[in-house]
Amino acid sequence: MASPLEQFQIKPIVPLGRIGGSEIAFTNSSLFMLLVVGAIGLFFMAATSQRSLVPGRMQAFAEMLYEFVAGTLKSAAGKEGMQFFPLVFSLFLFVLTANFMGMIPGAFTVTSQIIVTFALALLVFLTVIGVGLAKHGTHFFGLFVPQGAPAWLVPFLVVIEVISFLSRPISLSMRLFANMLAGHIALKVFAGFVVSLGALGVGGILGATLPLGMIVALTALEFLVAFLQAYVFTILTCVYLNDALHPGH
Amino acid sequence: MATPQTAGTEAHGGAHDNLGFPPFKTETFASQILWLAIFFGLLYWLVSKVFAPRLTDVIEGRASRIARDLDDAAAARTRAEEAGVAYEKALAEARARAQSIAQARRDEVNAGVESRRKALEGDLSAKLAAAEAQISATKASAMGNVQAIAADAAAAIVERLGGVAPSAGDLDAALKSALKA
Repeated sequence: MASPLEQFQIKPIVPLGRIGGSEIAFTNSSLFMLLVVGAIGLFFMAATSQRSLVPGRMQAFAEMLYEFVAGTLKSAAGKEGMQFFPLVFSLFLFVLTANFMGMIPGAFTVTSQIIVTFALALLVFLTVIGVGLAKHGTHFFGLFVPQGAPAWLVPFLVVIEVISFLSRPISLSMRLFANMLAGHIALKVFAGFVVSLGALGVGGILGATLPLGMIVALTALEFLVAFLQAYVFTILTCVYLNDALHPGH
Repeated sequence: MATPQTAGTEAHGGAHDNLGFPPFKTETFASQILWLAIFFGLLYWLVSKVFAPRLTDVIEGRASRIARDLDDAAAARTRAEEAGVAYEKALAEARARAQSIAQARRDEVNAGVESRRKALEGDLSAKLAAAEAQISATKASAMGNVQAIAADAAAAIVERLGGVAPSAGDLDAALKSALKA
């Protein structure tokens, strides 16, 4: 029986050669990134092709997603935050679709790869620093100085703020990665129980209904987690972008 | 709860699979970052150049359309209210004019009736006067006839008593004095 970790294995499909000692290949991970982007692209192409005043089902759903992300972005970063809308919307759609696509049995979960979530988190982090410095120059570093704190406390607070700022990409990527990883491992482990108990005869089959019930419950939970983690990733991105726009807070 | 099992199967899987925890295998990182950059870049391009503008257009278009329709509705309502006021005014004017016309007509009719009544009364009084004149003329002629009859009767009585017919002059004088008494 396959290990619960086998589902996270990167398997090359089309080897493409090496760049600086690293193997470059079109892998199952790349395939599912393509499927995720392809699914989003096809859905939105179809949903926004009519652009009718009274939307159909697909357009209504696309508009719902738009309004949801736009509302989140506006409430966290204000109206100026809308300049980052394409980035935030892309992140939300990519993470959400990757999470949900990972729920298809046998599918690869792109967001269960730490390097993928870390790259996305780093993109947000660098965007915040880049935009913050471009917009506010050195005032951007006012972000690290809490207002209204006693003067003797400020150096300590600045150190804490800097550490918390630098740990953002790590916490942002870890949260998503760990949630997807743990959920998929748990599902696989309980599925393994069902198979091994089922092989033990009648008593084993009866005993196997217990972990089977757990799988059903966990699957429902994982669907919730898949959405929730996409949302958490999005809202934290919005909060961090707000720092780039309004570092005085 | 799953930790011992996971550890066991990991060790087991690790024995004949590639060693290590798959997501932490650094040799796959370069390839994954490259493909992520390509596909996420493509998604970003699609969202920023195609999907977001399309959705913004349709949502803002709808919002402005709704705002315009609401404005139109408010204007139409104002117009309707103005029309209502104008209608009320016209109705009041028409009613006033109808009343004045009815009053004039009534006055006219009353005046006509009055004049006809007066004409009729004049006519009637003229007829009355004529009738009275005729009555007095008839009465006078009747009185004349009475005198003649009285003269004839008196002459016959005198002739029967006296045997002599009185002269017309005596008779006339006697009758006049008798009628005067």
